[in-house]
Amino acid sequence: MSRKPYAREISSEWIFRHPRYLRYMVREFSCLFIGGYALLMVVGLKRLAEGPAAWEGFLQALQAPASIAFHFVALAFSLYHSVTWFNLTPKAIPLPFISAAHYAGWVALSIALLWMAGVS
Amino acid sequence: MTKSNKPIVWGPFAAGGTLTAFLTPALIVLTLLAGLGQVPEALSYEHLHAFAAHWLGKAALVVVIGLSLWSAAHRFRITAYDLGVRADALVAALVYAGALAGTGAAVLYLLRI
Repeated sequence: MSRKPYAREISSEWIFRHPRYLRYMVREFSCLFIGGYALLMVVGLKRLAEGPAAWEGFLQALQAPASIAFHFVALAFSLYHSVTWFNLTPKAIPLPFISAAHYAGWVALSIALLWMAGVS
Repeated sequence: MTKSNKPIVWGPFAAGGTLTAFLTPALIVLTLLAGLGQVPEALSYEHLHAFAAHWLGKAALVVVIGLSLWSAAHRFRITAYDLGVRADALVAALVYAGALAGTGAAVLYLLRI
């Protein structure tokens, strides 16, 4: 066996070659925060299932500086995910005003959710 | 024609991407407010427990958590490849298994509520 397949050199420096590539990577990295937040929800459900005291402990833990920092960064990344996702909708659904319709639905849904959750 | 499992993987990714685009920012605001000491009514033990005790609430939570984890897993896999990680089969197995495990854990906890 003397087969020696060509292995192309691989690196990740390409993302710095153009601002567009970097924006693409920022968009892709939003998955860490959206996945991370979903895992936080799983932990929350665990604490909720353990009873009122455990749930209070979870709410207390949310006040930790690291938790607040995570929330701000995750919020920024998730907003960037929403914007990039809605900007791409004309490619999936080629209808006029489809992006605008998604943005309007997003704002309405977010306000409705916060209102129903009792945020005043 | 060779069979492709791409639609099975990609379908939940697209669904999760759309769902998280609409929902995740508002959800993060809810727990952020709790973290800042302004716990929204819905996050009080009584309210959230009642929500999660109803089958409709359970279903909503499983769908949101499951699709969020799956779309994040899929995106992570693609990003790892873009960054030069060529062990795609291994990465795919790890992240999809992780997403399924997280969803399974959520189901398990919900069944105890």
